[in-house]
Amino acid sequence: MPVITLTIDDELVSARAGQSILEACREHGIKIPTLCNLDGLSARGGCRLCLVEVAGNPRLLPACTTEALENMVVTTHNEKIDRYRRMILELTFAERNHTCAVCVSNQHCELQTLAAELGMDHVRYDYLNPELGLDTSHARYGVDHNRCVLCLRCVRVCDEVEGAHTWDVKGRGIESRVITDLNRPWGDSESCTECGKCVEVCPTGALFDKGSAVAEMKKEASFLRRILDGREKNEWRR
Amino acid sequence: MAQTITIEPVTRIEGHAKISIQLDDAGKVADAQFHVTEFRGFEKFCIGRSFWEMPGITARVCGICPVSHLMASSKAGDAILGVRTPAPAVALRRLMNYGQLVQSHALSFFLLSGPDLILGMDAAPEQRNMAGLIAEHPDLARAGIRLRAFGQQLIRSLGDRSIHPSWAVPGGVRKSLSAEEKAALLQQLPEMYATVDRGLDLMKDALDKFADEIDAYGNFPSLYMGLVNSEGGLEHYDGQLRIIDSEGKILEDGAAPERYQELIAEAEQPWSYLKFPYYRPLGVEAGMYRVGPLARLNVCDFAGTPKADRELRQFRHYGGQGKPVSGSFYYHYARLIEILFSLEKIEEILADEILIDHHIRSKAGVNQNIGIGVSEAPRGTLFHHYKVDDNGILEDVNLIIATGQNNLAMNRTVKQLAERFISGDKLDQGLLNRVEHGIRAFDPCLSCSTHEAGRMPMQVRLLSARGELLDQVERG
Repeated sequence: MPVITLTIDDELVSARAGQSILEACREHGIKIPTLCNLDGLSARGGCRLCLVEVAGNPRLLPACTTEALENMVVTTHNEKIDRYRRMILELTFAERNHTCAVCVSNQHCELQTLAAELGMDHVRYDYLNPELGLDTSHARYGVDHNRCVLCLRCVRVCDEVEGAHTWDVKGRGIESRVITDLNRPWGDSESCTECGKCVEVCPTGALFDKGSAVAEMKKEASFLRRILDGREKNEWRR
Repeated sequence: MAQTITIEPVTRIEGHAKISIQLDDAGKVADAQFHVTEFRGFEKFCIGRSFWEMPGITARVCGICPVSHLMASSKAGDAILGVRTPAPAVALRRLMNYGQLVQSHALSFFLLSGPDLILGMDAAPEQRNMAGLIAEHPDLARAGIRLRAFGQQLIRSLGDRSIHPSWAVPGGVRKSLSAEEKAALLQQLPEMYATVDRGLDLMKDALDKFADEIDAYGNFPSLYMGLVNSEGGLEHYDGQLRIIDSEGKILEDGAAPERYQELIAEAEQPWSYLKFPYYRPLGVEAGMYRVGPLARLNVCDFAGTPKADRELRQFRHYGGQGKPVSGSFYYHYARLIEILFSLEKIEEILADEILIDHHIRSKAGVNQNIGIGVSEAPRGTLFHHYKVDDNGILEDVNLIIATGQNNLAMNRTVKQLAERFISGDKLDQGLLNRVEHGIRAFDPCLSCSTHEAGRMPMQVRLLSARGELLDQVERG
């Protein structure tokens, strides 16, 4: 596989042709915050937290969906990028009702952790306070649209890994909602295999094990790499 | 000339309130009200959430007594599951509930009311506060703080944190007590007993010191309500409701808490956010009842632990001839007896082998659509009443908070104190403080936490009927 060379944060690094900037960064231990991205799922470029500066391009570009190219000069952190990332988080928090204190995923939430890591200590925008409900019709799992950030990891894992494609999206823009089986209650879904992959990859408290109390929902997405290595490389590790 | 005196905010209580006193043309007290000026809205915004989250959400009603809400809410959840909660989980819940009683009562007695009781009602306002108490009696203040810290440590040992733990859940609890935590708690008990003894001595001194005026602090006939266990003993976690009248006659006994709506009705007034519950069969006037430490000690036949029972016998003398103790000032005394009782119960539960059992959580789904949970909060009987759909989503929430049930009695107390101490058009800090203290005796918990250090500013204004400022006293 051809190797390319590019500059990331003033360091010369090599990458394989076809890799994204994010993949190249991760291989060299360069940290970039992400939310919708998850190792094992297709890249989506939805959350925009991985925005980076590419010399010669006036706009910031998402590292997960931008291909690393020969001689590219990439900046992953500067005052402007950090400001944009915080702003994106603020907008995410303002869009729905992320009441961390009483959320099932409090203290185990990727959104909450990112806010702490990126220094987002307040939200400058008006909260939209949408009226959103819970669907707890499924015997084992529940979905709380108040906590959903539309990362669509659930949609991708269900389609790409489990192959059931129970999850999809209805509506557009901030009216978008994740739905099961053409917008039927989850409990009535005929396609759902009850595998629970969507719950484990959800970064917030939007999908949870039914019966979870406040701050009780801990998720573990590392199973994904394990089963994909088994499937793709015939390598089975625990 | 008719006038209104306003005390706003009332300090050294939990939450936001004001007192207004109306004077008639002759300068005598015509009426007095205790207004609760904050609004929370939990009963409304919890609708649409899952009952599984309710212990964690409703714990946030209050930073002083989150555990009470945790208990009532998880018990309402137990009822919705409709399965038996494992005995070790019940023992652990009781343990945490006693820790809560210790910390909350210690806060009320030593730190909130202590400045009045120990430094005196007429002490200079700049000294008559927690800082003043610490300066004057550092040992005592430290002991009081350590007693509260012990209760908080117990709560933290189980719930990982002392404020707003989300530990009790429908069906049981999330974590047991480790051997190390148990040992650390047991080791501190002797010191805590000593602190309560010291508090009891102080209380008895205060009863002598304030002998002339004790009757003004809300001494009137009323009903009393509280939980008692199946033998009629003092109970804080489970049991049946008992209501007695001012003569000590039992009006209701063995009433299942689920029947609370038959027993209690709520009146409303436009000048307060706090409702006015009363004993339904007797109506608003005659149905005024008190809850909390005083009521619990009045309704129970006995405490059930040796030290607390010894004190209870002395306490009963203040009622006389089989009658309940009717002075609200004795809430302070009752609080100390309950701390003593709680410490003895904590010792008893910690010695129980049942705590080793690993069955602490029953798992089930929604089997009942209605769940009612009750617990005795430090301030009185607390009810959580939920209605859920088949998926466990809340359709209706009713919380009957202990402090609300004392609302009629608190208003009566304020009026009685005002009639005794306030007249004419001249105000005095000491006299006004007595009116405030009448409220402190009930240790009302009007909202949330006491994270703020120090005191809120207070402004008392004396207005004429036309709204002219006649006199003003400020501190802040």
